[in-house]
Amino acid sequence: MRYVRYTVPVVILLLLIFLFYRGLALDPREVPSPLVGKAAPAFELPLLEPEGQSLTPKALGGRPVLVNFFASWCAGCQVEHPLLMELSKQGVEIIGMDYKDEPADVRRWLQRHGNPYRQVAIDRVGQAGLDWGVYGVPETYVLGPDGTILFKQIGPVTPQAWERDIRPLLVGAR
Amino acid sequence: MRTLILAALLFVFAGGAFALTPQEGALDPEQEARYRTLIHELRCLVCQNQTIADSNADLAADLRREVHTHIAAGATDDEVRRYVTDRYGEFVLYKPPMTARTAVLWIGPFLLVALGVLIALRMLRRPRAVATPAPTADTERLRRLLDEEER
Amino acid sequence: MIPELGHFALWLALAVGLVQAIVPTVGYARRNLRWMSIAGAASQVQFLLVVVSYLCLSEAFRQNDFSVAYVAANSHSALPLIYRLSAVWGAHEGSLLLWLLMLSGWAFAVSIFNRRLPADISSLVLAALGAVSVGFLLFMLLTSNPFDRAFPIPLEGRDLNPLLQDPGLIIHPPMLYMGYVGFSVAFAFAIAALVTGRMDSAWARWARPWTTTAWLFLTMGITLGSWWAYNELGWGGWWFWDPVENASFMPWLVGTALIHSLAVTEKRGLLQSWTLLLSIVAFSLSLLGTFLVRSGVLVSVHAFATDPARGVFILAFLGVVVGGGLLLYAIRAPKLVRQGEMQLASREGLLLFNNVFLVVTAAMVLFGTLFPLLMDALDLGKYSVGPPYFNRMFFLLMAPLAVLVGFAGVVSWKRANLVESFKPLRLLALVAVVLGIALPFVTQGQGSVAASAGAVLAVWVLVTSVQEVWRRVRAKPSLAAGLRSVPRGAWGMTLAHIGLGVWTMGVAFASTFNVEKDVRLGSGQSADIGRYEFRFDGVTHVEGPNFKSDTGHVVVSYRGREIATLNPEKRLYPSQGSVMTEAAVDHNPLRDLYVAMGEPIDKNDANGDWALRLYYKPMMRLVWFGGVLMFFGGILAATDRRYRLAQRASASIPDGAAAA
Repeated sequence: MRYVRYTVPVVILLLLIFLFYRGLALDPREVPSPLVGKAAPAFELPLLEPEGQSLTPKALGGRPVLVNFFASWCAGCQVEHPLLMELSKQGVEIIGMDYKDEPADVRRWLQRHGNPYRQVAIDRVGQAGLDWGVYGVPETYVLGPDGTILFKQIGPVTPQAWERDIRPLLVGAR
Repeated sequence: MRTLILAALLFVFAGGAFALTPQEGALDPEQEARYRTLIHELRCLVCQNQTIADSNADLAADLRREVHTHIAAGATDDEVRRYVTDRYGEFVLYKPPMTARTAVLWIGPFLLVALGVLIALRMLRRPRAVATPAPTADTERLRRLLDEEER
Repeated sequence: MIPELGHFALWLALAVGLVQAIVPTVGYARRNLRWMSIAGAASQVQFLLVVVSYLCLSEAFRQNDFSVAYVAANSHSALPLIYRLSAVWGAHEGSLLLWLLMLSGWAFAVSIFNRRLPADISSLVLAALGAVSVGFLLFMLLTSNPFDRAFPIPLEGRDLNPLLQDPGLIIHPPMLYMGYVGFSVAFAFAIAALVTGRMDSAWARWARPWTTTAWLFLTMGITLGSWWAYNELGWGGWWFWDPVENASFMPWLVGTALIHSLAVTEKRGLLQSWTLLLSIVAFSLSLLGTFLVRSGVLVSVHAFATDPARGVFILAFLGVVVGGGLLLYAIRAPKLVRQGEMQLASREGLLLFNNVFLVVTAAMVLFGTLFPLLMDALDLGKYSVGPPYFNRMFFLLMAPLAVLVGFAGVVSWKRANLVESFKPLRLLALVAVVLGIALPFVTQGQGSVAASAGAVLAVWVLVTSVQEVWRRVRAKPSLAAGLRSVPRGAWGMTLAHIGLGVWTMGVAFASTFNVEKDVRLGSGQSADIGRYEFRFDGVTHVEGPNFKSDTGHVVVSYRGREIATLNPEKRLYPSQGSVMTEAAVDHNPLRDLYVAMGEPIDKNDANGDWALRLYYKPMMRLVWFGGVLMFFGGILAATDRRYRLAQRASASIPDGAAAA
């Protein structure tokens, strides 16, 4: 009994080392969205085309859709852009949310890089971004047919993320 | 990974710049104080480890503005916190609320104090008359020196 | 050629380190004095080799030798020489070399000053230090070699992080590392005690000055870091409870506990196994800090280059060194014989409670720091634990300690009457309560429960510390004789406790009465904080050696009288494209006025309106002044004459007798 007491420190150390070892494999920066599993937040934003009309979550319902927050000033968006173009060709429906951007700039950007979006809404002051819990573009949300957020991709959509996380959801939702 | 080298050394903070936006719209002194406290409690998500009060990131400025607007509109502190956590999760709270999961964080230290005091008292209450081992030459000499120093 | 020489010296140092670790240990096991005595020479040779290596890296920086990858990444030909030399420890690899320099320097010092220690103890201490150095050398040589060449050779360096181009950087990290690494000596002493089974007053007396020295460096390192952050970051903050700051604060808390428990062990021969454990833990926490900073398991504003491979290495190293130490402890400590008894009503009884609070506070900081990691690892969600948590807990846990400090002088060793001891303090307690409650009203014209609570504690610590010296002095016939009769160690303790009181006062006031204002000002406009008026007189453009600066001019008036002109800067360092804020501060002991530049409201018009951040921080200077007092207290305590006597006393003991 007397000896057990003296082993407490070494046991604590082992637990700590185990914790740290697991910690090395974790990414402390990855923060899951509390919105996953909940209905997409409400918003009403002007569309890029046709001018004068606006987009609301209602228009997204009925089928699975990707909601992609992007901007013409964002470097990560150019990284994911070719993949988005490819997906849109495959028939995946993508809604663009142009975050803190000027319509003229984004028009030019889409002309240069191609337009993978079915519709582009302008979130000029970033209010919708705030409501959706966006903390840096690009971010992409997967919405089910009922308008529920199924998944959030932080940073560019990579081929791996598409294959592993996003595609199964779209297939399952259909 | 090495390309990710950002900065260096202890006590070095990445991004020493900050953009502050003097908030429009006046708050009364009580609201102003709450605003100050709240922005020092909320974490900026895109930063390394900073409050939204200290951060220069765009998002931090947006969140400061939101906190300001909500307080000006009469929201309570809890309402403001809920507004932010609904969007970004509990991660943004530098002071995690007391829940079943965080209870150990808030109560743990006091349990440790209790445990420590208990152990200390046990050590004190058990005056064991252990035979002092025969002092070796040097400890004896030291003892004399000690006593000499003692006032 | 020079970098290769430095690299080669490191490999040689590794070989010498192995000799230093292994030969004396085997010598001890075989009772071979010759083998044991190799430790001293080996540690001196190793120190020399590391110095050579360190000088080689410094020379590469001096010459702007960008063929060395580390130099290219952290220097620039336009960088002033002094910063080129301090850039040696500006990033991961070089700071490890600094670590190593300090470590071998400590071992060198032990080998010089402890010649008179029994041969078994001194050689085992050096062997343990040698083993630690082997770990660090392997870490450097295998994962983080500062002498790696870059190819193709860049024409220009990427420059030192502008945040590090500050006088604070020149002294803060070396001080901090001296402290961190210094605890390795306490660790090594603990290992030697556990191996030899010699754990008595004499041991404590040998280990004490080393521990105090490490502690005083750590104290100064943390103080300087805080001061630096305050000036360089422009957030007006001086402590952020960031994981990296916590990593330096935990060894400090445990080291402080260790200093006190060593006193008990030395004077009364008690708490031996606890003292040994603290010696091991203080150094373990230093190593843990190294791991946290360099592995990327936690998000910190002090981002170091993170690399999982390095993380695994440090973790393994941590496991071997600390695990080995604690295992040895688990096996050997139960055999230590406890001498004598302990009373609650005695100085050692109170010191026991001092240890409880300090260690629990360190545990709280550790737990709070690791809590997010723990929850994440258990898949229980993502959490943040930050200043609001730590501040509150810290106050609650440290307040009882501050109360205890007041009794430090009056309660005697062995057995005391607490009621009798308290009698001379009654008046002081009253003074503390009255003065503490009144101070916020008198100096700030407003009340605050938090400030009053802090001030009561601060005044209590201050007056009781002064009274302790006064009591000693009064016992002598004359003032001069009295002052001379107080041993240096007692002066040290008193000074450190006064430092604690001063620090507490500073924290209580600076954090409760801090006023912070974000304003938008055009040239000629002004803003007020209380009776202070800040008039913004626009900016001028200034070209620095390797930066461009928008220097603001802010004239501060108090009740209409101009008292200061402040020149906060916004600097652009083109080589890294980074923008830095240099805050400007006008200070006196009672308050700081702090101005930091935000940005021009119209980004393209530096002559238009600017966003500025203004602070009024009462008694801010006391926070650092308290740290400085503790530092000097540590110097006095570490150089007490008793330790020199102790060494001479044990010198006459034949080595053989001690080894038996």
